[in-house]
Amino acid sequence: MTTGTDLAARDTEDVLSPEAVARRRRVVRRASRSTLRRRRLVGNATRIVCYLALLVALVPLVALVSYTIERGVSGLSEAFFTQLPVPEGVPGGGVKEAIIGTLIIVGLAAVVAIPLGLAVSLFLIDRRGKLAASIRFVADVMSGVPSIAIGIFAYALIVVPSQHYSGISGSFALAVLMLPIIVRADEVAMRTVPEDLWDAALALGAPPSRVARSVVVRTALPGLVTGNLLAVARAAGETAPLLFTALGSVLFTTNPFQPMDAMPLRIKLDGTQADPHLQTVAWATALVLLASILVLSIVARLFASYATRHAR
Amino acid sequence: MLGSPLRDGVETGSDADADIGSGEFAVTLDHVSVRYGKVENAKQVAVRDVSLAFPRNQVTALLGPSGCGKTTILRSINRMHDHTSGKVSGSVRIGDLDVYARDTRPELVRARVGMVFQRPNLFPTLSIFDNVVAGLRMNGVRKREFLREAAEAALRQAALWDSVKNRLGLPAVRLSGGQQQRLCIARALAIEPEVLLLDEPCSALDPQASARIEELIVELSSHIAIALVTHNLFQATRISHRTAVFLLDDQGSGTLVEDGPTVDVFSSPRDPRTLAYVTGTIG
Repeated sequence: MTTGTDLAARDTEDVLSPEAVARRRRVVRRASRSTLRRRRLVGNATRIVCYLALLVALVPLVALVSYTIERGVSGLSEAFFTQLPVPEGVPGGGVKEAIIGTLIIVGLAAVVAIPLGLAVSLFLIDRRGKLAASIRFVADVMSGVPSIAIGIFAYALIVVPSQHYSGISGSFALAVLMLPIIVRADEVAMRTVPEDLWDAALALGAPPSRVARSVVVRTALPGLVTGNLLAVARAAGETAPLLFTALGSVLFTTNPFQPMDAMPLRIKLDGTQADPHLQTVAWATALVLLASILVLSIVARLFASYATRHAR
Repeated sequence: MLGSPLRDGVETGSDADADIGSGEFAVTLDHVSVRYGKVENAKQVAVRDVSLAFPRNQVTALLGPSGCGKTTILRSINRMHDHTSGKVSGSVRIGDLDVYARDTRPELVRARVGMVFQRPNLFPTLSIFDNVVAGLRMNGVRKREFLREAAEAALRQAALWDSVKNRLGLPAVRLSGGQQQRLCIARALAIEPEVLLLDEPCSALDPQASARIEELIVELSSHIAIALVTHNLFQATRISHRTAVFLLDDQGSGTLVEDGPTVDVFSSPRDPRTLAYVTGTIG
């Protein structure tokens, strides 16, 4: 690193004289001018690379959505939403039980994981100690655990002792899957709340819990909603943990203690059949799953912006 | 008003590398308006029709209450609105350089202008030395010997040399707030700009640190044009040679009410609104 010693020896007058200033100005101007072309070239090249990367990233997304629409849209009908599956070779039928099943399984998982995740992240946001660091580490590791491992864990913990596949064990597996994602997403969202707001609220006499509730959670709400929603969407699309737990079913049930169907299970089952009708049903199910996640995220964003505007 | 920009005697000569023009003014604004958004209605015009010239080797204070467009005008000088939704109309000249001409590159404009902001904004990952020479490096200057000389000159001008010369490798953010702001000034000076734009440089500093910055501004004005945004009447009277008073007009846009030698503006203002402002009855 540069030290001052060799510089300090120089005469003050020397570096500050008008001649020296003019000389340096000449050098800087010349450098600025002669390198401008290259600098702009690099800048434009960077920009082009970014646009290309964006394009490349969009291709699979657009392809996936358009292909799903193309294959699945013909399978959509009133019966698709209101009827139960029919055996291979029989026309008609629907996936009502899978749609309701997914709503129940994911809903129960979210009802447990979202408040729990928020509580844990609220604990983390105010701490810097070893405990908080280890929780963060565990959450990071857990969000990388393969979902099939979570499935077999739920199987061993709930299905085997109860000797029964059930929707609720699927919910348990999904909640375990969602929890670390939610914890980290919530914490990141709440970290964006400026320290100044903490100071402002604490100085007004609010206890930390009140600051967290009235100021931090509310300010971070759009981020919280988005993060939680991503976790829900991720869980709604999971198949592996449900194979061991909810199992799948062709019967309609709202009882979470019974084996339950879910949309990913239906897609997996019907999509691998030879019958083109069942394949269309699988594509249509995928389309509905995709569309409902889209609708959910739009609604959630609308809600979040409404909530920030009408803060109480 | 100073009237239309003086262009007589401005060099368009061949040695343009170090040319700072030879006119009386370092920067001239001619009917400059800045508006935000696309529709042209009064509410979105932040500043309307400002004609103002900044003489060489003087401090020109842009004075006025918050929200009347002082900073907006300052940022129009080195094209900082290119990166916001602001649209600048009218003409801005730095020496003989037409800032908003079609073929004028903003990078080259900024290579001739130094800017310092309200709060010190040093690059937190860089050392003191690397902060000072950041602008030089970004302009393509590589030679080590030159960087050292320029850093010393800039730090000396910012009255910081003696206190940091033995710890140039230290992270810049270790310095105190006042020192950080002076380092920001040094960083702006290192490219040997011909005009220094200061946007309320003392607003985040304590009185002692502010006083040192003010001293510094006066010293620097012996060889560089300085545009100083301030809402502090006393600061303007203490250190500026000229004062331009900005107020909101009846359409809610900022406007230049009066400008002239600071003494005249404060003692015998021509505009009744100036009188009201400097005596504290409005603003």
